[in-house]
Amino acid sequence: MSFEWPWQYNFPPFFTLQPNVDTRQKQLAAWCSLALSYCRHHKLYTLDVMEAQESPVFNNKKIERKLSLEAIQVVFEELRKKGNLEWLDKNKSRCLVMWRRPEEWGKLIYQWVSKNGMVNTVCTLYELSNGDDTEGEEFHGLEEWMLLRSLQALQTEGKAEIITMDDGKGVKFF
Amino acid sequence: MDRFSWSNGLLEINETLVIQQRGVKLYDGDDKAKLDVGVALLSTHRLIWRDLKNHECCIAIPLSQIIFFEEQAAGIGKRSYIPALHFAKIVIHLHPAPANKEPGPYQQSKFSYIKLSFKEHGQIEFFRRLTEEMTQKRWENTPVSQPIPTATGAQAGRTRAVGIVGIERKIEERRKETDKNISEAFEDLSKLMVKAKEMVELSRSIANKIKDKQGDITEDETIRFKSYLLSMGIANPVTRETHGSGTHYHMQLAKQLGDMLQAPLEERGGMMALTEVYCLVNRARGMELLSPEDLVNACKMFESLKLPLRLRVFDSGVMVVQLQSHSEEEMIASALDNVSEKGSLTAEEFAKLLGLSVLLSKERLLLAEKMGHLCRDDSVEGLRFYPNLF
Repeated sequence: MSFEWPWQYNFPPFFTLQPNVDTRQKQLAAWCSLALSYCRHHKLYTLDVMEAQESPVFNNKKIERKLSLEAIQVVFEELRKKGNLEWLDKNKSRCLVMWRRPEEWGKLIYQWVSKNGMVNTVCTLYELSNGDDTEGEEFHGLEEWMLLRSLQALQTEGKAEIITMDDGKGVKFF
Repeated sequence: MDRFSWSNGLLEINETLVIQQRGVKLYDGDDKAKLDVGVALLSTHRLIWRDLKNHECCIAIPLSQIIFFEEQAAGIGKRSYIPALHFAKIVIHLHPAPANKEPGPYQQSKFSYIKLSFKEHGQIEFFRRLTEEMTQKRWENTPVSQPIPTATGAQAGRTRAVGIVGIERKIEERRKETDKNISEAFEDLSKLMVKAKEMVELSRSIANKIKDKQGDITEDETIRFKSYLLSMGIANPVTRETHGSGTHYHMQLAKQLGDMLQAPLEERGGMMALTEVYCLVNRARGMELLSPEDLVNACKMFESLKLPLRLRVFDSGVMVVQLQSHSEEEMIASALDNVSEKGSLTAEEFAKLLGLSVLLSKERLLLAEKMGHLCRDDSVEGLRFYPNLF
């Protein structure tokens, strides 16, 4: 399934940061949703800013427009404010993209867990993300750090507990 | 009237004629003097009266003899059933005659005051001049010797002018008098000029002090002083704007501009950049060109003078003159239509479309963007405007 670009993607002004405040807000909202949906589609969990400039998301070769570095930073900052992005370093060159927030992941995982009657059992993290059973689930292939965060979210909700074992981490669901 | 002495009526070297007035009748106290109507002459030293018909009958009194004088208003009198029109008079109170006074028309008089009755008007000016001379007391600076006494008192004091010498002398006298009259007339103007020069100098010196922050002038006072100067029409005292080119000038100029600019503005769609106005106006004037500052100041007065023009400053600092009837919303709506029709427009394309200057068309597009009707596309290709689809 190929990615469907939103109408703004082919609208040249989309690639210029608008000076008018109201217009800018709408523009940034559109950018955030585009970035997130692109990452979701391609299962991208991290982004490098330098690479992003050349990525088709921010660079539309067909209309010969691309988002300037400054504008990309603005978009990322907007994402961070919303909780969908986390900077990995102080220089703001790499970031984690959470097109789904940890709480949301946690909910999905818990749903699957309860559906399969695995409550009160212990699973390894590997099982959850790469196990045969979870194939077809959205969280299949979830990167460990993301999985961990989701489970931590569940932990705070009291629905799970992360256990450290000899050869890795595991989780017990309640 | 016994204070007067016979005189030949000639002015001495240091004596200047101040004013003369025809149709003056003298009164000894309240009674009419036994003299006809004549000419009253006021000099720096004396008050002289000369008979109109008989020029040789001339009397004078030194101004130092005058204690006090006042005006007596004209009016209608009701004496002896016939209402007579009384003319305005000047009443002059005099010192007692000095012992060495030369003989005059009256040996003695019971009155210590005289009156001058102005049958041909002129009393106001005469009175004013008399006041001036009595204040200035110029006779004290340049004492004048008493005129040569004549042999008989009853006869006129002037040495009899006989033959050609007499005629020449008369001509000479008349010429001198005319001369004095003329310089007299211009004395007022030159006095005014002197005062004006002093004022300008004063304001300039104070303005310089303000500039150099010398003296004990506080910030408050500086501002107040500047506001006074402004109200007098000296907008910036340090420049050359103290010669009648103050706000009054700008008001007149604004009115003129209001008339002149109607047609060009309508041709250009109701709006013109101030630079265009400047060029247009100065080209039309030919000479007496306007300075940019004068133009701006005049344009600022449009609103207060209720002219149908307005000076408008955009955010970017561009100043335009526009018709009051010009509606900005209409312009923006039409701009949006144009852009939508063509998909997108640059400022240059828009200018070409509307026949506006590029500067103004850009301003209009920016304004539309500010209102949220347009959005921009800034790339290496240039700045384009699109309808705001966001």
